Amino acid sequence: MLGKKIGFKLTFGVVLTALLAISIFAWFNIQSQSSSLLNEVERHARQLSDAVKSDTEYDMLRNDRDRIHESIRRIGQQESIDRVRVFNKSGEVIYSSDPAEIGKMVDKQAESCYRCHSAGKPLDHLEMQARTRVFRPDQESSRLLGIINPIYNSETCWTAACHAHPREQTVLGVLDVTIPLTEIDRNIRRSQLAVMILAVSVILVLSLIVWFMVRWWIDRPVQELLAGMKHVAGGNLAHRVEVKRDDELGTLARSFNNMTENLAQARLQLFQSDKLASLGRLAAGVAHEINNPLTAVLTYSSYLLKRSQGQSEMRNDLNVIVSETIRCREIVKSLLDFARQTVPKKRQADINEIIGRAIAVIENQLSLGRVKLILDLGTDLPRVTVDANQIQQVFINLLVNALDAIGEDSGSIKVTSKAIKVGPTGTLQIKRAQCPKRHDLVDRKVQIDGKPAIGMRYRKGDLSGLIYLNPMYGSNDHHLHEMPAWGEDVELQCPECSRSLIAEGEVCPKCGSPIYAFEVPLKGMVQGCLHEGCGWHRWEQVDSSWNDEFVEVRVQDDGCGIPEAQIPKLFEPFATTKGQKGTGLGLAVTWGIVDNHNGTIAVESKVGVGTSFIIRIPVKS
Amino acid sequence: MSTLQDILVIDDEVTVTQAVVKVCSAEGMTVSAADNATEALQFLETSRFRLALCDIMMSELDGFQFLEELDRRGIQTPVVMMTGYSTVENAVKSLTSTGAVDYISKPFTADELLTVIRRSLRVASLLEESESAGLPRQNAMSYVPCPANYYRLAYVSWALLEDEGTARIGVCDLFLKAVDGIREFELALPGEDLVQGISCATATSLDGSAHGIICPMDGTILEVNEEARSNPALVEKDPYFRGWLYRILPPNPENNLQWLSS
Repeated sequence: MLGKKIGFKLTFGVVLTALLAISIFAWFNIQSQSSSLLNEVERHARQLSDAVKSDTEYDMLRNDRDRIHESIRRIGQQESIDRVRVFNKSGEVIYSSDPAEIGKMVDKQAESCYRCHSAGKPLDHLEMQARTRVFRPDQESSRLLGIINPIYNSETCWTAACHAHPREQTVLGVLDVTIPLTEIDRNIRRSQLAVMILAVSVILVLSLIVWFMVRWWIDRPVQELLAGMKHVAGGNLAHRVEVKRDDELGTLARSFNNMTENLAQARLQLFQSDKLASLGRLAAGVAHEINNPLTAVLTYSSYLLKRSQGQSEMRNDLNVIVSETIRCREIVKSLLDFARQTVPKKRQADINEIIGRAIAVIENQLSLGRVKLILDLGTDLPRVTVDANQIQQVFINLLVNALDAIGEDSGSIKVTSKAIKVGPTGTLQIKRAQCPKRHDLVDRKVQIDGKPAIGMRYRKGDLSGLIYLNPMYGSNDHHLHEMPAWGEDVELQCPECSRSLIAEGEVCPKCGSPIYAFEVPLKGMVQGCLHEGCGWHRWEQVDSSWNDEFVEVRVQDDGCGIPEAQIPKLFEPFATTKGQKGTGLGLAVTWGIVDNHNGTIAVESKVGVGTSFIIRIPVKS
Repeated sequence: MSTLQDILVIDDEVTVTQAVVKVCSAEGMTVSAADNATEALQFLETSRFRLALCDIMMSELDGFQFLEELDRRGIQTPVVMMTGYSTVENAVKSLTSTGAVDYISKPFTADELLTVIRRSLRVASLLEESESAGLPRQNAMSYVPCPANYYRLAYVSWALLEDEGTARIGVCDLFLKAVDGIREFELALPGEDLVQGISCATATSLDGSAHGIICPMDGTILEVNEEARSNPALVEKDPYFRGWLYRILPPNPENNLQWLSS
């Protein structure tokens, strides 16, 4: 458990690094310290050895052995010196601070001799470094430093009175001084201990600080975040992690809070739209089912109340029935009001953002895995002026429809958004049309492609009849019925007041035939030519001010598709194909919203292949 | 085509037709009831009715299809639409469809029903008068001299779009004539939201019956004509100018225009 905690891991890592660094430091420190101490001792020993040599030189030359013995004994008595010896060439100890040793032979392999004698032929000369040796005579004793100082033959030696040394001899003997290293070893041990204590305390303090910092800056906020995540995972989306700092963990906590908030909003929205949908369904059901029996109750009771003049007791009771029934009526009415569409509140918005929000709402249904959502959203789309909530409702409706169309099978839904440019021709629906006497020419009973057509009466001699123009501006798919070929002798009239609808004195700039004209209230005159194959049309106010920028969103599924016969009725209320599942209002509401935004909605569908809904919203409303 | 009856009520809910029959016959009217549109059409083939009351939501032919059928057969009996599912669209369609004269939402009291029936009968007879004066029936609404640039919701109310983006709302004179003598207007307050197809004011006639005035346009009330409130006679005398009711700020008048005529 402990080993798994990030705080422990971090502390352990830092301590291990510190341990390694301090150990290396301590090792080098002790090494350098002891080598400098040893150098010092070595220098001291050399000086000493030189001093002994020069001190005894005169006595040597005079061959005054007693004096030499005395000098060496005295020198050897000094505390800082272990012993002083002089060997002759054959390894015999001639003089020594330890009188017991005198006369003894030393093996050439002994620690004081092998430096020169190891190579077989004894060396004449030895480097300063090589003259020193550190050794331990036996296991218990402390270390010793020995320095050998060869005594070279010189003229004074072979010319001396004693004639002890022949002239050809190079090295006469060796002066060996050994100095105990007890003091130095004690110093080294002391500094080793000091470094160790330092290392241990540094590591202890460091690990404590690191542990504390990790706990304070990492462990605690992480624990708080974890606790927060547990809360949220447990479904408490109202939980917020306290943000106390500005570091990365603070940012993480903030992002976590943001995420939770967005999640809560999405859930609320889903809940809300779900609630609204069920409320709408409920209201429609209640209104229809309850209002009929309520009608009977209210009519009979109010009728009785009218007839019960003079019977005050009965009147009081009947009053209660009437007023309470009216109360019921108001409750049902408010339910319906609530479910009713509100006036759009338009603001600048990013269509992709709205799509994203709609997807977030139905994400749960998508996440079942059987439906794959493919997004192909255009970048840098112009912002549109829309009621974001209503447009979001449109996308939710279309996505839910797509999901329903896919049903229990697996399938995919593709949402595409892009900016497009379209002219008014074929895009704009003429919703109102008037004759010069302001009679409405739009006939809601006659529809072309599901849209109320523009009715006119033609007359040529005795021939007369009604024709219907396609209300989509620029479309030439008119219902001209039995109208004779278009020409100067054909008269077009308002079906109500018989005022002429032919533009006087004007001809089609394309084919020279007469042209018709009618007014769209507040939007100027629409003119056009009915000559076969011509199709010229003009709507000056729209042609000049038409804003051709649209954002197009396509919701495409590979579900069951819609039978061709049902497509014209698709956007009418209660035209549900879902049976009990739908209210039959979804697409009607969708159409209403898109229409409110001056947009268009179109459908392409093939049974068994899939359905696409194409929505176009003008960039400037 | 022999007998002339007052009322034909059509609803697939028998309790409703029975209640209507009871209330109307108590008022001395002659009433027939039909369960569905087909039966109603048979009645209309054999008898003449001064007025029909027809439910919108019926199986087989719905209310609006019934209207189309009447039009197709050339039956000119004015129809009052009834519905338990009162939406703006139902209300507006009931006022503007050929053959329909008015609209009543269920449930209603006996008085409300009688008010609408009486008013509709008056409207029908006024229209008939204009017809006998030589104007085509479809055009009867314009018998009432409505000024140019005014948009009317059937014969009930009008809206005038002003240059500042505001609109003025008032009552049409045929409606006032049908109500025949107004004691007072009950008006909404500035700031309230009006919805097209929903009653925006109540006119109480001299006999005490309350007549809802259906609003022609969505919008927020900016100003209420206090003159109209204090002096109902002014509205009756000059309904299109000094007798306006509200000045409103319509958010989207274009959308409302499709139901209005000029």
